[in-house]
Amino acid sequence: MSGLLILVIVVYLAVLFLVAYKIDASTRLRLRVANSPTIYALSLAVYCTAWTFFGSVGGASAYNIQFLTIYIGPIVLMPFLWFIYRKFIRISKAQGISSLSDFIANRYDKSIGLNRLVALLLMLGIIPYIALQITGIDKAIETIVTNNGTEQNAWLRYVDTSLLVTLGLGYFIIIFTTKRFQEKEQNMGLVGAIALESIVKLLVFLFFGIYIVFYASDKPDLFSDFDASKLKLNPNNDYGQWFGMIFLSALAFLFLPRQFEMGVVAAANERKVKRAIWMFPVYLLLINVFVIPIAIIGNNMFAGHKMNPDMYMLSIPMHLNSGWMALLVLLGGFSAASGMIIVATHALSKMVSNAILMPSFINNRFVLNRFKDRNHRIPVFFRRLSIFTVLLLAYLYHKLVVADFTLISIGLVSFVAVAQFAPAILGGIFWKLGNKYGAIIGISLGFFVWLVFLIGPTILNVNVHGMFRDDLNAVRPEGDLITTVLFWSLLLNFLGYTVGSILTRQTALEQNQATLYVDIMNYSADVDSGVVWKGKAFFPDIKSLLSRFLGERRVTAELNHFAQKQGIDLAAQDELDSRLIGYSEKMLSPIVGASSAKILISSVVKEEKLSMEDVVNILEESQKIIAVNKELQQRTDELKRVSEALKLANARMKENDLLKDEFLYTVTHEMRTPLTSIKALSELLSDEEDAMPDEVKREFLNTILKESNRMTRLISQVLDLENFESGKHQLIIDKVNVSELIQHCLQSLDGVFKQNNIQVCVSVEDELPELYADSDRITQVVLNLLANAAKYCDKERGKVWVDVTRNGSVLQVKIADNGPGVIPELREIIFEKFFQAKNQTMRKPKGSGLGLAISKKIIQLHEGKIGVDTNKPEGAVFTFSIPFTQNRD
Amino acid sequence: MTGKKILIVDDEPNIVLSLDYLVRRKGFVPLIARNGTEALSAANEHIPDLIILDIMMPDIDGYDVCQTIKTNPIFSHTKIIFLSAKSRPEDISKGLKMGADKYVTKPFSTKQLMVEIVDLLK
Repeated sequence: MSGLLILVIVVYLAVLFLVAYKIDASTRLRLRVANSPTIYALSLAVYCTAWTFFGSVGGASAYNIQFLTIYIGPIVLMPFLWFIYRKFIRISKAQGISSLSDFIANRYDKSIGLNRLVALLLMLGIIPYIALQITGIDKAIETIVTNNGTEQNAWLRYVDTSLLVTLGLGYFIIIFTTKRFQEKEQNMGLVGAIALESIVKLLVFLFFGIYIVFYASDKPDLFSDFDASKLKLNPNNDYGQWFGMIFLSALAFLFLPRQFEMGVVAAANERKVKRAIWMFPVYLLLINVFVIPIAIIGNNMFAGHKMNPDMYMLSIPMHLNSGWMALLVLLGGFSAASGMIIVATHALSKMVSNAILMPSFINNRFVLNRFKDRNHRIPVFFRRLSIFTVLLLAYLYHKLVVADFTLISIGLVSFVAVAQFAPAILGGIFWKLGNKYGAIIGISLGFFVWLVFLIGPTILNVNVHGMFRDDLNAVRPEGDLITTVLFWSLLLNFLGYTVGSILTRQTALEQNQATLYVDIMNYSADVDSGVVWKGKAFFPDIKSLLSRFLGERRVTAELNHFAQKQGIDLAAQDELDSRLIGYSEKMLSPIVGASSAKILISSVVKEEKLSMEDVVNILEESQKIIAVNKELQQRTDELKRVSEALKLANARMKENDLLKDEFLYTVTHEMRTPLTSIKALSELLSDEEDAMPDEVKREFLNTILKESNRMTRLISQVLDLENFESGKHQLIIDKVNVSELIQHCLQSLDGVFKQNNIQVCVSVEDELPELYADSDRITQVVLNLLANAAKYCDKERGKVWVDVTRNGSVLQVKIADNGPGVIPELREIIFEKFFQAKNQTMRKPKGSGLGLAISKKIIQLHEGKIGVDTNKPEGAVFTFSIPFTQNRD
Repeated sequence: MTGKKILIVDDEPNIVLSLDYLVRRKGFVPLIARNGTEALSAANEHIPDLIILDIMMPDIDGYDVCQTIKTNPIFSHTKIIFLSAKSRPEDISKGLKMGADKYVTKPFSTKQLMVEIVDLLK
């Protein structure tokens, strides 16, 4: 069992190595990890440590679900995260920031002192937290080994597993944070490994939860102790404490170094934050789903035994003799703890190395020059030394101090520590007047309170609690002490920061940085001139300096690239452009830290003191560039819009062209028919004149005449329609007597009716109002309909009806015949020009080429309607209706 | 050659008028159909040697008439000339694909048409 236990951990670590290694080795994978919002959200779940994995159940076992505030805090924060993280990420990118302490120090005059202070305090605050994770792993292993009483495993009790684990993790951190570290990209192998750890701890927790609930489902005694009313969100009815805890964890989420590392430094772009805003709360929800059931089952299972509830997660499966489940849970707990240890140590070691070790080294000219040839290895060496130091201190803290405390309490102490950076950081990005002295005073005051009331007792074992309450048994810093200290420390901190800032003056550099931090959104997402310099420098000097730390090849390539992008001519310049100096500092910053980068650059730049005026000028200039860019963007957008519109117009024109082509084709086609007869007949006439009998000649000539008339009619109709459609034909509106108009039409067709023996029935309603219309056009419509009726009515006993009625304010004219009628499929399209669709081979009924299309147009111009009756089975009934008085004018 | 039967299919009476005269003058026997249905029944009845076929007709279009006749073995000797106002290349190629022997566009030259007829009936 114990051998297996070690094996599982070793194999798990090996898998982590492999994943991180694979990602690092492939550019494609690195890019995928860098661009994946899901992996980003999972990497943020480094928030859930061993404290979540084991401690939540411990907290819930006392029927006090106040532990949930730790998760409610970040969830409440999420809607605001976009606004805060976006600024964090942009500022960090623009200034080459690689740690929380650099972020703070760069804002406040690039102060080395402040940078050191923050790094030191974070060590104080975070090392106990790392120690807590080591303890978590240690306790977990111990639970398995002691519960598994077989003698052959006894050897494990004499081996310090926590030391082995610490060393193993230290090795992992060194490999994956200092190997590729001279390169520009963020450490995606590490991010991928952390995301994987987040998946493992969540899946294991869910799996164990389902397993245990399933096991307990038919054992009611395991729930006998349960009484829902005992579950209290707020056991002491202390809402201040509740609010305090939520507030505290929201601040912790923002300012814990491991969160800053994953959420800001390792974030390749700010867009990913959007997905995290909903995905991260879902993660927190899932990992807490089974906490309470497990706590209840544990309470019942071990009623009467003295069992540490923090270890229910392990003692339950051990009690059930489920060794493999215990191993799986251990693995989940290990992934939770190791994720925190890795990222926190990485982040802390960066600060220790860059803020504490590096500046001392660089300021010492003698040492710096002595190791001149090996300068590029110094940052790596310092980083490794820092990692070792941090882990060693954490291990010692674990061994000497932490063992007696619950998992939750020490975490909260760390939370209060990082909360002390809230005024300086949030003030720094939202308030331009905040300055270095304010920040130093505020942070010092806050930490003093924290140190005296929270850390002091854990080291000295003094009962501080008793100073606030008469509860002499409590030695552990519990919730109410935490919130009390949080309140007072933050209050003093905030007052110190604001009063200190108001009472002291900012330097020019600080003012510049303040503007860059607060107004970062006014600058582009990737400000290359984030660092402002004024002074003289020479290219060879700065290049050799950079090369010492970054390697000559990379420096040459990057400086050339930057110069090209900014239009700086490197060859022509002895004296360097200030933008290039700024860029050099930014390049150096992630490697040696912001403070050291500034010292190094100052050593080769003959700096002139930056005046307020300079700052204003520089800022104005860079804002102007942004403005020009914005304008350009607007122009581009406009151009895009115009070209879209053009494209659309072109498409419409093409469509119109197509319709026009079709129309033209149909017109010429229609003309071909009479032309064909005319041509054939006249050819025959001219060829055969002599041989042709006279009556045939006459018939041919008559036909030619008829066909010529047909063609003339066609041409004038086409022109008519065209003129209506293009708007050339305007209606001439005048008073019209409808009855007279109808009579006139009938008279002009009288000959046709008589010739074909057609009976005409007319009915016109009496006392019709006067119609306001274009008399000639309406006549054209009536004539057209009458001519159609005469053409299509019954050949033997033809009948045509004309029916004129008034329907309210509308004149209705109905013209019907007793012919075969219009087949239903054609009732719509007979009003179209030539009413034949493309490629139609069906011949239209004779003569109805354009007449109905023109009639429809005319009626439409009179705001009326025309249609053919579809109800009658036989005979065509055409009806048009127009208002007596039109709305026009 | 004289005495051969030529079926004229067109719904325009005046075009039929000229074709009828033309065919008769050259000594052929004209048969008249004014739409696709009439054309098919006349063809079945008389098995003409040649058909002058319009495309746009009120019932069955000329393409269908042509295809029906060309796929029927009893018309293996019957030639077909399309005579149509449809003059686009795609119309012509479709007509020839349906199995027509010639495609003449309207308006046509009576002399030219007769040359084609004589040529086909050789």
